[in-house]
Amino acid sequence: MADIVKIATRDSYGKALVELGAVNDKIVVLDADLAAATKTAGFKAAYPDRFFDSGIAESNMMCVAGGLSTMGFTVFASTFAMFAAGRAFEQVRNTIGYPHLNVKIGATHAGISVGEDGASHQCCEDIALMRTIPGMTIINPADDVEARQAVYAAAAMEGPVYMRFGRLAVPVIFDADYKFEIGKGVQLVDGTDVTIIATGLMVGEALAAAELLKAEGISAAVVNMATIKPIDRDIIVNAAKKTGAIVTAEEHNIIGGLGGAVAEVVCETVPVPVVRLGVEDTFGRSGPAVELLHVFGLDAAHIVEKAKAAVAMKK
Amino acid sequence: MNAAEKKSLQITACKVRMGIVESVFQAKSGHPGGSLSAADIVTYLYFKVMRIDPQNPRWEDRDRFVLSKGHISPCLYAVLAHRGFFPVEELKTFRKVESRLQGHPSMHYTPGVDMSSGSLGQGISTAVGMALGAKLAKKDIRVYTVLGDGEIGEGQVWEAAMYASAKKLDNLVAVIDNNNLQIDGTLEEVNSPYPIPEKFAAFGWNVVEIDAHDFDQIEDAFVQAAACKGKPTAIIAKSIKGKGVSFMENQCKWHGSAPNAEQYAVAMQDLTAALAELEG
Repeated sequence: MADIVKIATRDSYGKALVELGAVNDKIVVLDADLAAATKTAGFKAAYPDRFFDSGIAESNMMCVAGGLSTMGFTVFASTFAMFAAGRAFEQVRNTIGYPHLNVKIGATHAGISVGEDGASHQCCEDIALMRTIPGMTIINPADDVEARQAVYAAAAMEGPVYMRFGRLAVPVIFDADYKFEIGKGVQLVDGTDVTIIATGLMVGEALAAAELLKAEGISAAVVNMATIKPIDRDIIVNAAKKTGAIVTAEEHNIIGGLGGAVAEVVCETVPVPVVRLGVEDTFGRSGPAVELLHVFGLDAAHIVEKAKAAVAMKK
Repeated sequence: MNAAEKKSLQITACKVRMGIVESVFQAKSGHPGGSLSAADIVTYLYFKVMRIDPQNPRWEDRDRFVLSKGHISPCLYAVLAHRGFFPVEELKTFRKVESRLQGHPSMHYTPGVDMSSGSLGQGISTAVGMALGAKLAKKDIRVYTVLGDGEIGEGQVWEAAMYASAKKLDNLVAVIDNNNLQIDGTLEEVNSPYPIPEKFAAFGWNVVEIDAHDFDQIEDAFVQAAACKGKPTAIIAKSIKGKGVSFMENQCKWHGSAPNAEQYAVAMQDLTAALAELEG
């Protein structure tokens, strides 16, 4: 296999912002003293007049973003997922979500793969929180190619978007001609026995899991679900009909995230077994990110186990 | 301000107070106390200060207003109605299903409302964002916000205060409606924010202290704010909660409750008498 290129999606976010800034002078970027980490520093260097650092005051930043957006700007507000969705939840809900303002939240350092900083900074609740806000679009890209396109797509649409990016460099899995579309899942692998619906860095693991399952005689389909909301109901329903069993895989609490969203659709349409793989309703801990992902069961081997369990549950 | 102008503002403010009482009475809920304390300030803003066009509520270059203490929506709605954004008669629909007048302001329902608000502490930050946006767009747009004195207990108010002065937002004016009463008691009894002027001054703001019910002082304050360069202005407006309705004045319980039919009649008598005297 050729050398695998690895890029953190936060880097993709930073790069896309700089590209966007060049072609659209209405793009404004906000950060809360984390520009080096969220990678908005590139935009800051390129367009200092359109970059505002609120300092360590995320609640204020989110509402400033709302106010700025009403003046005709497309505002990207950036901080760690923990603070974007957690600390500033109510600001996002009331001052961005309720008025449906044109604010794009760039939430980096999501999930367990934050690594050594540990549980206080490993946000595994953000998708659940953001999903309950009416009108909020949620995108959790799988790799660099998708992440950059997601930023462009978010800027092109009117209304609030929550984009979830990671700190850890993850394999680039899509070709340059890959097309991301908000609200559309993408069938990456066809299969007949079970469908693995994955999001974020778990998409790469899902592809690896499908290979492992194939070797054991199980035909697993793989769907990349980058948009968690609005969820692509059609692709879920078709997967349930065709394969009769579903495994979801996400770097997020198994409560309220992709697994919840998929299960809700399946229960109401084509009830088939859904087995959720994610962080098992627990807090994270410190350690090197890649090691932690294995400790928390967020890898191909664990997807294989869940897939077998799902297949076994079929009548 | 000449005497005729002043009288005209007093008459409008009196009609605004009637609108407040009417809407809260019809809704059988709402927040009359703080609405009445801020009525003169908000009237002055919409009738004398702000560049707005009731025929074109979303005019891009208009001045902006954020009601940070969103629960006094009856005050804002009564002012907007009398300023011509929608019929005064519509105040009677306040808080009812199908009404454009939501319990707390919503920019998508009500013509003239520039920002949805209601969760305390957030409005000042959105006003900061608007003022920042006006500067970025190189537009001579001014942004006004009204906060409650209890509201400044929210930590976010001070995040916003720090940021506004750091960004030298001299196109921003925040009025603190200092009626000294919050839901659980006087400010001192609950969690004293005093001294308020010193706090805003320490955060780098130009500070003006006034009587919230004296139009000469209100005018002076906004003139001073407009002249101040390099700093946002905080107007600390000493007010009377329930101002203009005898039995509501300085009474905590009228923060968030509606008058019954009997009380409504007394309130309207008070205001009708005041109006008659002004128009005398």
